[in-house]
Amino acid sequence: LAASGRRVVFMGDDTWEGLFPKKFFRSYFFPSFNVKDLHTVDDGILQHLYPTVDSGEWDVLIAHFLGVDHCGHKHGPDHPEMAKKLTQMNEMLRSLVDHLGNDTLLLVAGDHGMTETGDHGGDSEKEVNAALFVYSKTPLFGTSPPEEPEAIPQVNLVPTVALLLGVPIPYSNIGEVMAELFSGDGDAVSTVLQQLSVYHINAKQVDRFLHSYSLVAQDLPAEQLQRLQELFSGAMEEHTQLLAQVQGETLVPPELESRLGSLISRFQLYLREARAVCTQSWARFHPLRMVGGCTLIAASCLLCYVASELATSSGSFYRSCLLYPLLWGLVVAVLLGLAHAFTQEGLDLLLVLSWAAAASQLGFFWHWWGQYPKRARLVGSQPPLATISLRERLRAWLRLAFPMGILLFRCGAMFSDSFVVAEARVVPFLLASLVMLLVGKLHWDGRLTVPEGPKQQLLGFSSYRREIWYLLCLVAMLLVCVRLSGFFHQCREEIPQCRPSLFLSPLASLRNTRAKNLFYLLCVALLAGLVYAVRSWLRHYGNLNSSDPLVLFVRWCFPLVVLCIACYWAVASSADDSLGKLQELVQVAVVAFPWAVYGLASVGLLLLLCNPITVFAKDTRESAGSIVTPYLGVPSSEVDFLHVIPQIYKRMQESQKSRLERGSCKATVAAYGLGSVYSAALVIALTLLGFLLMLLHSERLSLAFLLLFLEAFVLLHIHTRAKGLAGDAEPFSVPWYAVISWLLAASQFFYSTGHQPIFPAIHWNAAFVGFHLDHSTNLLPAVLVGANTFASHILFAVGCPLLLLWPFVCEMPSSQRKKPKKDPQEELQEVEEHMMEMRLRESPEKFSTALLQLGLKYLFVLGTQLLACVCAAMILRRHLMVWKVFAPKFLFESLGFMVSSICLLLGISLVMRVDCAVSTWFSQLQLR
Amino acid sequence: MKEAEVRRLLAANLLCVFSIILSAVVPASFWDGFTVFGTHLAWLCICSVCVSTLNIILHLGLKPNLSPKRSSFAHKISRFLKCCIYFFMSCILFHAIIVLYGAPLIESVTETFLFAVLLSTFTTLQCLCMLGPNIQAWIRVFSKNGATSIWESSLQITTMCSILGAWFGAFPIPLDWDRPWQVWPISCSLGATFGYMAGLIIAPLWIHWNRKQLTYKSR
Repeated sequence: LAASGRRVVFMGDDTWEGLFPKKFFRSYFFPSFNVKDLHTVDDGILQHLYPTVDSGEWDVLIAHFLGVDHCGHKHGPDHPEMAKKLTQMNEMLRSLVDHLGNDTLLLVAGDHGMTETGDHGGDSEKEVNAALFVYSKTPLFGTSPPEEPEAIPQVNLVPTVALLLGVPIPYSNIGEVMAELFSGDGDAVSTVLQQLSVYHINAKQVDRFLHSYSLVAQDLPAEQLQRLQELFSGAMEEHTQLLAQVQGETLVPPELESRLGSLISRFQLYLREARAVCTQSWARFHPLRMVGGCTLIAASCLLCYVASELATSSGSFYRSCLLYPLLWGLVVAVLLGLAHAFTQEGLDLLLVLSWAAAASQLGFFWHWWGQYPKRARLVGSQPPLATISLRERLRAWLRLAFPMGILLFRCGAMFSDSFVVAEARVVPFLLASLVMLLVGKLHWDGRLTVPEGPKQQLLGFSSYRREIWYLLCLVAMLLVCVRLSGFFHQCREEIPQCRPSLFLSPLASLRNTRAKNLFYLLCVALLAGLVYAVRSWLRHYGNLNSSDPLVLFVRWCFPLVVLCIACYWAVASSADDSLGKLQELVQVAVVAFPWAVYGLASVGLLLLLCNPITVFAKDTRESAGSIVTPYLGVPSSEVDFLHVIPQIYKRMQESQKSRLERGSCKATVAAYGLGSVYSAALVIALTLLGFLLMLLHSERLSLAFLLLFLEAFVLLHIHTRAKGLAGDAEPFSVPWYAVISWLLAASQFFYSTGHQPIFPAIHWNAAFVGFHLDHSTNLLPAVLVGANTFASHILFAVGCPLLLLWPFVCEMPSSQRKKPKKDPQEELQEVEEHMMEMRLRESPEKFSTALLQLGLKYLFVLGTQLLACVCAAMILRRHLMVWKVFAPKFLFESLGFMVSSICLLLGISLVMRVDCAVSTWFSQLQLR
Repeated sequence: MKEAEVRRLLAANLLCVFSIILSAVVPASFWDGFTVFGTHLAWLCICSVCVSTLNIILHLGLKPNLSPKRSSFAHKISRFLKCCIYFFMSCILFHAIIVLYGAPLIESVTETFLFAVLLSTFTTLQCLCMLGPNIQAWIRVFSKNGATSIWESSLQITTMCSILGAWFGAFPIPLDWDRPWQVWPISCSLGATFGYMAGLIIAPLWIHWNRKQLTYKSR
């Protein structure tokens, strides 16, 4: 309308401003979001309405009254307030009618009805029906209006108004004109002719739209399109015939008039059918496929759970339960593929894949079921054990209850749109609760108190162990981290009072130079601090001593990477015009520095893959004999790990290996950093990834990343402490609460790195880090934006194996206290305690099982969240908020699931790679 | 003896429940415009004052725990001061925890602090009355098999119920129902209150039903 030079005046709801910015000839916007405010918008409109109408400076005037809608939301339809509001509207109409000119059409329409409670958005009769009131000073209806007014679809307003105003019908319209409003000059024949021409235009427009739409999208069924096409062409033919006849004669005979009438009804039929076809195929879901997908995900979750429980128990489990089902799935996929190939039907890849997955799962459960009786018999053969195991199982269930309860709350929160909207606050709340519950439970079980001595028992006192303070400090730190991370949230439009975090905007947008410099220095300092922390951690565990390329890389290239990032930030955040002549140089630098970082990081990752061992071996076969007191234990044990702590290297971890078969020759090899070789590799990988991801975010979000690393570190420590205090018998299994808290932290930092599961919140400028506004393909920017969006998912998933490794790494501090005792028994214990991650090498079978189990647990928790999301989207598919809240959430969640599982695989495979490398290292050592 | 003890506990707890209900109902009669939602802060104050006075009176009247042997005046005063300090510290601690859980840091500080006071009334004050300013005893009571009398079991139950109630009270806050009780901290304080009341009622019943299993170590 604006393009065709009409003057559109708008008054009312300010949502229109966002929809059509700067399109109005004149506009009066009033804030609309507060539902409790019944009068601001209406009073504002009333103030401007009459003067504007009288002034005549308009072609279309839109007055969007909001009071009735708000009143309905607040009080419901049967409230005195509603009566007042409706009376006010009535008064308004009455006086407005007096102001109207003769050629003006007044349309009063509600865009929806309301339920008994005054809400809307559903699809009930009461909600989708609303009144339409049409008024004009010139008489419109020749006949008296019908008793029962017919219902008119809302889409009909568009073509009617468009044609009345004399502008073309919008391209994508599928509505039908309201013929009654085109009454011509009053005589019946001209009325019919007028209506006919209007219908003709309308039908042509709809046909054009359907034609071009069916070329682009295939979702309209072909045969129905065909039928519509026939209807249309038939009607068109008759139309041209009749028009020729009509033009030929001056007076239209009555029988021609009736034919004209029937032609109109044919056009009507065509338009209605077209609309019916469109509504049918556009709002269509596949309930069967939905349910199928949900069951598939549910079955996968169950599989993960069962497999993670099973992984510990049986050895032959791999082959029977994992390999065969995979084969089953492959076989089914191949069969289906062949069947499709033979029948020459279009191959639906998704269907084939899901059938294959279903088959493999069936196979898994079948095998599992087959194993079950065997185990039951095994248990049955030992009757005393059976009762104990039952009680044990009950207790285990109870132990599971609390982390699973938190998970349940998390999943339940997916079903409510308000909770999805508020998820950024829900997740930290649950994480804090989980950790507090953990501490509370440890306390309740009396794990935190010193076992009561007889004296204390008399007094009824208990005192805490010393570690409790450490644990409490960690928990406090975690809570502070969680709270601080809340300052980096992005906003959703559903929460109007929310202000997006200051830290999200890039530094370049800051006007205040001093603040900009300050923030810049802070960010760079943080980066340097991160590098320093990682390096000192590695040094602490002795992983920085060797002269391997990887270690050299960590030593020299980490600062270099930081330097590059700092330079990039400096260049990117400087004002455009400040550098004047250096403009070209800046252009180059903006591209060059990110590329340097990409290159360095990929070199680092490659080095990590090639040679992941950060161990410095020192051959002390001859000299070490005097310092070392090797443990000469049970001679039958073939290989013995010995531990040496020379006074000089107290801080460093050493693991010593000697072959007892060599007899008197005390051959010892001191290796620094062997104890933390796995974690060191993971930490290096994580840091590199962290650098990359920080580069993709805006500068000040590096604070959030620092918090992320800190929180992950604290979580690992809490997990280690709690495990130590709980005195778990199985060092190789990671408890559920750890996995769940790890995942909660991952979702928390999804929000805390300035993301929301809605499309406007995606950080698109991540695609242009290191590129100059042009991309040859779509793949690269997609990867960059994806990495930006799922940064925390990536980091936490890759770091997942740390949950297993960390307790081993942290064994040192607790055991060093025991050192003074010289008791041989004590010595033995100490030796064992110091082996750290080398304990994992001791039992490779268990190690791989534990890794598998950890991965499965992680996948289970992830899958459960995804399942909840999918179910929510499925069940609530007719919900008002489905396109705004549930569908985007579902998309983000499933993408996050995929990213997480891929990264989890990568993390685990990195650990496996280190394991292989360590094996070869040991074999080389033995050969020497 | 145990039956009588349980009955006394029940009576005391019912008194507490009754006082909470009164604190919500009575002020409306002589103060126009008093509602639990509308003038929530006032209600928070009244409720905590009511519950704390009642608890102290009950404690003085019933003396569920053995009073210490040394009971010089100076000792009593120092005990009382210690109790006050502990109470204040617990308020601060609760406030900090609530803020860490996501309550606004700067806005509505009064509301948050009063909510912390209410929570401390429901939890810390009870402990102070029952056990005195004796952290070790608290630690003992709040662990498995730590309770040595029905009063202490009741203490366990009511404290946990109040905190759980406050926790659950946070759930309706994000919902978009626009009800007056969804405003911070009304739902949480109501949750805590209901949890406390539920705990008060549940405790004697639970003790009564489980009286066979409950064997208390004599000190």
